[in-house]
Amino acid sequence: MKKHIISYAHIKQNQVSVNGTIMFSAAPSTTLPEFLTELYKSMGISYPKFHKMDALCKLGILCTEFALKDTTFLADNPLNKIAVVLSNASSSLETDRRHQQAIDDKSNYFPSPTVFVYTLPNIIIGEIAIKYKITGENAFFVSEKFDAGLLVSYTEALFSEQTQAAVCGWIEVDNGAYEAFIFLTEIQENTNKNTNFKPLNQLTVIELYNQTIWTH
Amino acid sequence: MVFTSYSNIISPLGFSTKENYEAVCASKTGIKKILFPFSAEPFCVGKIDEITIQKHLLSIANSEAYTKLEQLSIMSIQDVIDQSGIDAKDKRNLLIYSTTKGNIDILEGAYKNIDANRAYLPVFAKQLQTYFKFAHTPVVLSNACISGILAIIVAKRFIEQGTYDTVIVCGGDLLSEFTVSGFKSFSALSNEPSRPFDTDRVGINLGEAVASILITNNKELATPYNMQVISGASANDANHISGPSRTGEGLYQSLQYTLEGKNTRDIGFISAHGTATPFNDEMESIAFERAGLSTVPVNSLKGYYGHTLGAAGVLETILSLESLKHQRLIKSEGYHKKGVSGNITMIETHEPKTFSAFIKTASGFGGCNAAALFAKV
Repeated sequence: MKKHIISYAHIKQNQVSVNGTIMFSAAPSTTLPEFLTELYKSMGISYPKFHKMDALCKLGILCTEFALKDTTFLADNPLNKIAVVLSNASSSLETDRRHQQAIDDKSNYFPSPTVFVYTLPNIIIGEIAIKYKITGENAFFVSEKFDAGLLVSYTEALFSEQTQAAVCGWIEVDNGAYEAFIFLTEIQENTNKNTNFKPLNQLTVIELYNQTIWTH
Repeated sequence: MVFTSYSNIISPLGFSTKENYEAVCASKTGIKKILFPFSAEPFCVGKIDEITIQKHLLSIANSEAYTKLEQLSIMSIQDVIDQSGIDAKDKRNLLIYSTTKGNIDILEGAYKNIDANRAYLPVFAKQLQTYFKFAHTPVVLSNACISGILAIIVAKRFIEQGTYDTVIVCGGDLLSEFTVSGFKSFSALSNEPSRPFDTDRVGINLGEAVASILITNNKELATPYNMQVISGASANDANHISGPSRTGEGLYQSLQYTLEGKNTRDIGFISAHGTATPFNDEMESIAFERAGLSTVPVNSLKGYYGHTLGAAGVLETILSLESLKHQRLIKSEGYHKKGVSGNITMIETHEPKTFSAFIKTASGFGGCNAAALFAKV
């Protein structure tokens, strides 16, 4: 049995890279909200829930969608044995600031449940679980930088129990700056399935994370 | 084997595990009515007494350089280090910190001389690493209300993997206007002491606490307790981001994986999440019944502390371990008449019982659920 990375997507600097190749590019001056809307429209998907999400969740859903595109990941693995293991540096601070603003002014006091619910970083795990009907293990780690070692080590630990596959990565939004990197990994009994698949280990994940040559 | 060992709880009911356990056994509650500036009516919350905090602060050098959560976390972790004698600098040791909001009071402008960047959880955790000189950057887990119990499960997994030998799991969250106003906007708060699983329950009391426990493969550290983490799992409902599954799907699945192949006859009780919101408790009762646990007595400790968010799973596990050690079931405070449709058995009085294991569960926003099984060695 081998553990392989079967697909990965990376979004930053208003560009989207899938398996190392840039697939979408918006003008460098595009703001994050504009970019997310533009990207969503370009994908030709209809998912009304998307419009209710905060930027962190929108970014996470789109990056996951790109990583899953053209794979049989969801069909090959039991949905209750797919884990979602994500991380970032700023937790939900971007939305925390919005909720704080809504309660700072006592004469204009409007905390909203639709904002407050996004003041937890693991809500993106919930959004991914709902969209793809994935019900396996959950974990959201908060680390200073993208920590391939932590993600790989924890996912390996999950693979020694009931988990057979995982959606892993980094989803970060802070003061308009952002980055998303999602990789899909699974245990494969038939190791000849696809020779392009990469082994799951820290060095490979770092290599894939640094692979894309961004054009702006 | 992965053992549970020395622990500490800092809460409105005391500054050590012993003080907290004794208070709970004497049916004391940390819940009081407090008037918040933004609301005409007072809310019941669990708030740690400031004067008592100031007294304990004397043991921390340069304590004014730290935020309230950092101070309480330092006290809690220090207590566990002092009791166990472990060396924080040892490369085989790790700190896992479980929190939902960390230094959230920085956003509220609570400090003049604290770097605002400490609102970032990794920067917060760095303060603890520097204070204790931990060899590794602490692992921060922020997974809503299952953070605490999940942190214990993560610790167990890392130890079994051979990555670390001893993990201090610390969970902490403050009572803040941020969370009180947010839960109020959901109409999820109760003005009265909460009543988990009761027919008259109307919602949550929020509370604050920091709790720490040592999880280890070191038999010597485990000897005074002789208890272990047997298994644990998390699962997602894949149903709704702010409401639990009506069929208890994720919690049921967590329980299934946790109990698979285990002897359930020796399970003395379930320490439930039991927030006292109508939907949460209903969902839990259904999941417990589906998992074949209808006759296993259930308690929720939220009636003593309120919901302490990232601390809850750690705090409630520690008190449940004490319950196991003393062979006594803790009454589910605030419960009088069954108000859930699932067939469950509530613990209505403090009572002695002979048993060797218990289950801890939690569920939270984002559809997450977790369960873990603890037992005597």
